[in-house]
Amino acid sequence: MSNALFTSLVGEFDRLRARFPAGFDSSLTLPCLRRIQEERGYVAEEDIDALTAYLGVPRIQVEEVLSFYTQFRREPVGRFHLEVCRNVSCSMRGAERLIRHLHDKLGVAIGGTTADGRFTLKTCECLGSCGTAPVMVVNDEYHENMSPEKADELLGRLG
Amino acid sequence: MTPNRDARILMTFPVTATSHLLAEARARGQYSALDKALKTMTPAEIGKEVTASGLQGRGGAAFSAGRKWSVIQLDDGQTHFLCANADEGEPGTFKDRWILENSPHQLIESMLIAAYALQVRHAFVYMRGEFSGPYRRLQAALDEAYDAGLVGENILGTGFSCDIIIYRGAGSYVCGEASALITSIEGKRGYPRNRPPRLTVKGLYQKPTVINNVETLSNIAWIVNNGSAAFKAIGSPKAPGTRLISISGHVAKPGVYEIEIGYPWKRLIYEDAGGMLGGAALKCVIPGGISTKVLTAAEVETLNLDPTEVEPAGSSMGSGGMIAIAEGTCMVRLLQVMLRFYHHESCGQCTPCREGMGWLHRIIDRIVMGMGRVEDLDQMIHISKLQDGNTICGMGDAAGYAVIGILAKYRHEFEHWITTGRSLCEGKLECLASS
Repeated sequence: MSNALFTSLVGEFDRLRARFPAGFDSSLTLPCLRRIQEERGYVAEEDIDALTAYLGVPRIQVEEVLSFYTQFRREPVGRFHLEVCRNVSCSMRGAERLIRHLHDKLGVAIGGTTADGRFTLKTCECLGSCGTAPVMVVNDEYHENMSPEKADELLGRLG
Repeated sequence: MTPNRDARILMTFPVTATSHLLAEARARGQYSALDKALKTMTPAEIGKEVTASGLQGRGGAAFSAGRKWSVIQLDDGQTHFLCANADEGEPGTFKDRWILENSPHQLIESMLIAAYALQVRHAFVYMRGEFSGPYRRLQAALDEAYDAGLVGENILGTGFSCDIIIYRGAGSYVCGEASALITSIEGKRGYPRNRPPRLTVKGLYQKPTVINNVETLSNIAWIVNNGSAAFKAIGSPKAPGTRLISISGHVAKPGVYEIEIGYPWKRLIYEDAGGMLGGAALKCVIPGGISTKVLTAAEVETLNLDPTEVEPAGSSMGSGGMIAIAEGTCMVRLLQVMLRFYHHESCGQCTPCREGMGWLHRIIDRIVMGMGRVEDLDQMIHISKLQDGNTICGMGDAAGYAVIGILAKYRHEFEHWITTGRSLCEGKLECLASS
């Protein structure tokens, strides 16, 4: 079965492979999965098949990696993936109010996606941004010193 | 210790829109230590300087950098690896991010010197997957350094070659633990490994590997430039140098501050960090990441930021991730947030941690729901002690320290919630004065 998305990335993967020392093929598992997810929005079954064949690693290794690291997804998310940190420093600066606000505004439970497929709301743990708490990540970009008002403004801009 | 305790090693320049770029870094003298090291020193001489400097790890464990390096046998004929630990996942910690974003060349130069001292051809920076901004900064700095012939083949025409590869994680607290970090670079689940063998004996792909925290490594260029004696003259005799302290929580000016070790605690909170929000009273401080034991306001009143003072007080400077907590904050809810986190992050390898974290989390959730039992608190301490020392990595111990530390000082808040079904502090985590 052909995987057009994977095929389009092979040249990039080859260059990545050349930068690593010999014998490091297994190490490419994470960076390749990251790139696939950046392109597809998640990692599909056919991507696992293609990557397993490309790197020569056991399929179980790829599956284990996907289930272990919280950033990897096996299913699509909304066009804008909102992740609000709820760890100690963020909670101390209003993360819980922010999460409640987004929950009410978007009308979705944590982990849910709005019916129009635009927003997915999630919580996450410490992002190393405690000095600018609370922090919300939208599609891998940090938005710091957040508040319900600023979140409204941001969501409005995202459309 | 310098007279005013205001020595600086890392934050020595004003941050501007361009201060992270190579041209400005070089104008500040960056890469002069690399030149000196490669052209005038042997690898062994650099190792000796680092050992003599007394530099200790800044990631949390404070292990001697020189002793770690000295395990590497330069003539063993094996491939050696170096990894900078930029996973920075300990809640409350964001100080390495300052280096990655604002002074990436300080890290790159120091890593190259370390790579030369340890005879490393390929060095890695393991960076947490969420750090997209710091990643772009460091990668751009690396590209600049490659173009300038400072990284890669035949550096500065000396014949020494070293490549630096940034390896991005994908969301896992435990990967900040050195052996889990290595397993992750091998493209697998980030499971910590049993020692022995130490990673300096069998690390990445079973080759001798040194893993140092970003801040630890970033001191190396300064030490090579100024000498170990100058480094030892800063800080406290048993813990030389400075620390980057990232302070957050209920302070007016959260951020990263470089302090000379021995700096007065109150000065950091009340002068540098602008005091408590809205003039609130300080209740307690988490000194160095949530895995270090909480210290009350009274305990830090006269304390200096020196491990030889913080450790006898029953805690640790840990990762430098300080959280200041205002009076009126509910310690039960705070511990609930921490235990939810530990439960989420347990890798599941060791039974005491995998089961213990879930158990602790369920108990605290039950207390917060008003269904706590009097025996819950002793049970939590019992579980914490069961974990201590019985897991492959330190995460089992760390969660226990958080539990034991908070229960030792704020047990009455837990008892109040259990007996009355409600919080003594209205369940507040935000500072009263700020809302």
